Formats: sequence, C-alpha cells, structure tokens
Amino acid sequence: MNITLDNKDGSTLLRFHEERLDAHNSKELKDYLLELMDSGSKKLILDLSEVRFVDSSGLGALLSGHKNAGLREGRFALVGVQSRVQSMFELTRLTRVFEIYPGVEDALADGTGERPHDSKQD
Amino acid sequence: MTRNRIKLEIEIPTQTRYLGLIGNIGEQLAWDLSDYGGDRDVLAYNLNLVLTEALSNVIKHAGSDNQALRVCISIEGNSLSIQVHDQGLGFDLEGVPCPDPEDLCERGRGIFIIRHLMDSVDYRKTDKGNVLEMKKKL
Repeated sequence: MNITLDNKDGSTLLRFHEERLDAHNSKELKDYLLELMDSGSKKLILDLSEVRFVDSSGLGALLSGHKNAGLREGRFALVGVQSRVQSMFELTRLTRVFEIYPGVEDALADGTGERPHDSKQD
Repeated sequence: MTRNRIKLEIEIPTQTRYLGLIGNIGEQLAWDLSDYGGDRDVLAYNLNLVLTEALSNVIKHAGSDNQALRVCISIEGNSLSIQVHDQGLGFDLEGVPCPDPEDLCERGRGIFIIRHLMDSVDYRKTDKGNVLEMKKKL
C-alpha cells in the first residue's frame, strides 16, 4: 500500500497513491487508519483522488475509519472522490454516512465534522 | 455489425493480488465489444466490480491459497456469462442477507452489489468443487 502523510492546519492528510482500493489492500488501510487514531491523530482527511476503483472491501475499510473516528470524537473526511467511486457510495447508500468534500481546502475550511450535505440543510 | 463472440478461460492462484488483473480484463472486454449501445465507462467499471467481488467472495471461502480458481467469461451476442470455479468449502448464497442501509457493518455488501448489477446469480456444487455463475443481457 502506497500512502503518504502530511499535517495541514491540525489535521492529518493521507494521500492514497493506489488506483484500486479492494480486498487486496483494504485490510492494510483499515489497520493503518486505526493505528494513526490510536497514536493520537484525531482529524483525518483521506485524499482518494488517485483511486479509480473501490469494491465492497474498500468501502468496509472506509466505514471502519468513519466509525473509529466517531468513537474517538475525531473526524474522518474524504476528498477527491472520483465519479465512479462516488457511484459506489450511492449504490450502497453510504453517501449520507461519509463526510465528502471536493478537495483538501474544502475539508479544512469546514472543520465541523458534520457531513457537508447536513450543513447545507441547516 | 459484427456479432460478439468471446470466450476467455483464466486460471489464477487463490490470492487477492490477482483481483486487479482479472478486473482489468473485464474492463478491457467492455471497451472491445463491437455493438454495445450503452455507456461503456459504466459497463467497464461494473464488469471490473462484478469480477472483483465474485473472486474476493470465492477466495474468502476457499480455505487454502494452494488451490486454483478458474474464471470463465463468455459473451455471445448480447449475453454475458461469468463463471468462477473453486475447489473450496463453498458458501450458502441464499443465506447471504441483503445489507441494511442503516447498519454500518463493514462486511456483507459484495453479493448485494453482484445481484444489483447482474440479471441472475447462482452458486452450486459441481463434480470438482463449486461454481458461482452470473449472467446479464448487455
């Protein structure tokens, strides 16, 4: 799994440099996210702009990140989601679950931890 | 128009590292179909997804990575058939529940995705193991 880390305004930015997030690398990502949170990183932003394919195992890893961030009163935001990956969220009705932003700056600007579409409805 | 007639048989080890290879073959098939009127980008992604989900599911239940999986992809006219043959313990397809969208469980969406994208899904015993068969009219 090829992933790089950066700190941005108090958030940990993870760039996932793989074309696929599937049953081959999803467990590794899941464990990595958990390790980061356990070592004190509370605000995670995962950049998926290089990912053009996600399967149900990949969705499971992202759900794990979302749930574990919630349990630690942290944040887990996704940015750079490609259209076909977005269609996977829609098919499995997970768009309402994840905090999804077009880019890193959008996620940083809205540090509420609420889902973007919830904020728009307020 | 040339009528599509393609048959591929591929044997791979029971390992997830081959998911990308088989998924990409599915994508390439979608681009190479001669008389498909739908959105090829969507078809390519969906073939990649169905093959990936089917193989992951079979690998999960295979029991050992020493066995081989045989993948057969057949396109005859507008009929697509995908078979994944395994020699593992098998699983109960009918016993796989439809995931509850309110439940944020990390597993259990693979068969739902295959069922959503294909017209029919069947898993049965054979002389040499099991076969997961999925069909769709393109």
